[in-house]
Amino acid sequence: MRAWFKTGTPWIWLNAGAIALCLVMVIGVLGLILVQGGSHFWPGNLQTVQAKQLDGSEKLLLAELVRTEEVSAAVLKDSGVTLDAGQLVYPRHLLKVANRDMYGRDFAWFLDRDLANWQQPQDATVIERREWGHFFGFPQKLLERDQVVAEGAALWPELLTRITRANDIQDAISEIEKADIGRINNGLEQLRLERRKLELSGADAAQLSTYDQQAAQDRAELDAQYAELQQQLDALYADAKRDTLVMTSAEGTEISISLSNIVHAHQPNAMNLMQKLGHYGFAVWSFLSDDPREANTEGGIFPAIFGTVTMVILMSIIVTPFGVLAAIYLREYAKQGTVLKIIRISVYNLAGVPSIVYGVFGLGFFVYILGGNIDQLFYAESLPSPTFGTPGLFWASLTLALLTLPVVIVSTEEGLSRIPSTIRMGSLALGATKSETLWKVVVPLATPAMMTGLILAIARAAGEVAPLMLVGVVKLAPTLPVDGNFPFVHLDQKIMHLGFHVYDVGFQSPNVEASRPLLYATALVLVLLIVVLNMAAIQLRNKLREKYRSESD
Amino acid sequence: MPPAPVGATATRIKFERVNETMSQQQLQNSTSDLILADEKVKLTVNNLNLYYADARALNGINMIIPEKRVTAFIGPSGCGKSTLLRCFNRMNDLVDICRIEGEILMDGQNIYAPSVDVSELRRSVGMVFQKPNPFPKTIYENVAYGLRLQGVKDKRVLDEVVETSLKGAALWNEVKDRLHDNAFGLSGGQQQRLVIARAIAIEPEVLLLDEPASALDPISTLKIEELIYELKDRYTIVIVTHNMQQAARVSDYTAFMYMGDLIEFDATNKMFTNPSEQQTEDYITGRFG
Repeated sequence: MRAWFKTGTPWIWLNAGAIALCLVMVIGVLGLILVQGGSHFWPGNLQTVQAKQLDGSEKLLLAELVRTEEVSAAVLKDSGVTLDAGQLVYPRHLLKVANRDMYGRDFAWFLDRDLANWQQPQDATVIERREWGHFFGFPQKLLERDQVVAEGAALWPELLTRITRANDIQDAISEIEKADIGRINNGLEQLRLERRKLELSGADAAQLSTYDQQAAQDRAELDAQYAELQQQLDALYADAKRDTLVMTSAEGTEISISLSNIVHAHQPNAMNLMQKLGHYGFAVWSFLSDDPREANTEGGIFPAIFGTVTMVILMSIIVTPFGVLAAIYLREYAKQGTVLKIIRISVYNLAGVPSIVYGVFGLGFFVYILGGNIDQLFYAESLPSPTFGTPGLFWASLTLALLTLPVVIVSTEEGLSRIPSTIRMGSLALGATKSETLWKVVVPLATPAMMTGLILAIARAAGEVAPLMLVGVVKLAPTLPVDGNFPFVHLDQKIMHLGFHVYDVGFQSPNVEASRPLLYATALVLVLLIVVLNMAAIQLRNKLREKYRSESD
Repeated sequence: MPPAPVGATATRIKFERVNETMSQQQLQNSTSDLILADEKVKLTVNNLNLYYADARALNGINMIIPEKRVTAFIGPSGCGKSTLLRCFNRMNDLVDICRIEGEILMDGQNIYAPSVDVSELRRSVGMVFQKPNPFPKTIYENVAYGLRLQGVKDKRVLDEVVETSLKGAALWNEVKDRLHDNAFGLSGGQQQRLVIARAIAIEPEVLLLDEPASALDPISTLKIEELIYELKDRYTIVIVTHNMQQAARVSDYTAFMYMGDLIEFDATNKMFTNPSEQQTEDYITGRFG
């Protein structure tokens, strides 16, 4: 035994064990979110089932089986269910019954013994609606302005083409509402602000009236454009409402759904594997590219992805030069001594400050003091509504930049200290000054180290949530921070963020069962996004390493 | 018996060629009777003391460096020969705790005068270090570095200087097809010649070589020595070396230093055949150091 210890084998086992444990944890986390999030998009089969309700009445349901679990008799007894004496555990099923407008809830638990007569009708249809969530039922007929245009076998293909048409109209509507009307509103707002600016600058009545005359023309033109767009919109809205689908629910209630309210329809029971895979891809793509609907429990997460990426990029743009310059001063110019030691320790310790503290600082200093003053100085005309004096993209990025600054400083310093002094000497001996040597030789050589710092900063910043809640991230941001209106990137706008979206969907959602898979799917996207951002940065670093490869490494 | 590999033959031929050159050089050295007093003076060291904090590293050095000759500094480790070399281009300024008394005159001007621009001085006193230290740039950019620092942007001028410098450092033929490759791809000996090319690209008057061949293999060493011999027509060369054979082969004058003192300074022939000082003789004959 002693001899075995002396060989060092136990050490190897200990080290390997630690690594194995890490791997298990990583794979476990990834596997969990992958399975839970990924399965959400799979079109599960719908089943009709005879359900006995608590009051003893029977009801026919059309539902998707979400999951099954065992529940102990004691728990059921507390909830007032009559039980058989000997049975200790009962299997129960969670059914997605959808049709929130009819049943009041999308999900329901049933004990296995209360369900009977499972069947899979081929024409069971899932309708994804813009409001009220999904509808499960059987299509009966398709109406165009109250006239029946399709029934029976002809219904399904006709329905699909008409849904496509309705969606095209919806796209046109949102295009006009978001882009064109947004532009006109922006123009009108600019006119109002210009006038207010003129007023504030102390212009007299004569100047103001001259301005008003000039502005009146612009305004009239914008108003005319607006009226025209409004007309187009009205026409489109009317057009979108043209078709109506009549469905029956499982128990036979008839319900009409306007096609303008339908995002997508599919019949999972009639799909083969390839069709299901196709639908899966479509659902994933919709999730990634659509705006959220219904308090974030439906639709996609595109604004959150966009917001996260924009914020991280902006953060990188702020933190890199700032951190690199600070590190260069600390390492190259500052006189090494006690004061510097204290500064360095302070900087290193900043990395350990809880992130919410940064959030509080960002809100108190950046938003209220800095932002408030910026508003006073540059955006006085739009007061009292704040421009930069309120949480927004820029402050969020700045706060995260502050949060990740120590990481960048530490790695850059490390990189600088590893540059062999012979290379500096070589440059100095050729008559270069210290700063020439620094910028032409030393800093380029230290770029891989800076990239390492940036990679760590990105990983930290993309996953941070707590401070962002205070400085600029919101549950739902109606517009993206980048658009076609000058200045194109709107630093003052509030953004959505994947991390916050996970929190919001997971803990603030009115519909827990519906949002649970979305929670995992969003978490999965967040992880993948960080991986992608990191990979990009690592690729860049490897390129730089290759370029500045020296003999020593 | 299998035929000898081509590479081996080539190496042998190269060896012979190098040896031939060396013997010519030694011949030249032995035939010319150099007398220090007859030489034109490039650098004059007057009563130079150097301290690291309170420890004295150089004790009242007085000497001259003759123009367009090779002067070698020899002596055991820690004797101050590299420190003295670094005084000529004020590299010691970079050491915070280093303090200098006395003066060094270059063409009659004190290089330690307050009015001297150190960058300017270093442009006219080039330096090559013990370990090859090319920059993490292309071969071309390495050589052009000094010129770019001086603000030269004209592509034609740069091309020309790069070519002449690389030719001057006997590297042109080896690298002319890959000027835009990374300099780290070169071998150690090539890197050291690249560093010499980089130094001579800015046309210095004095070239300081701090054990330029000690990190190189024998063939590269011979090439460097050959190069030094060719360069001395145009530059005043000061070389620090641990290798006494090297000092004997390449230098016209030799200074023997010991514990911060300049023990003896004379024509290399005399130093190696008939030194005036007992310490010098002991060192050269290998009795200590």
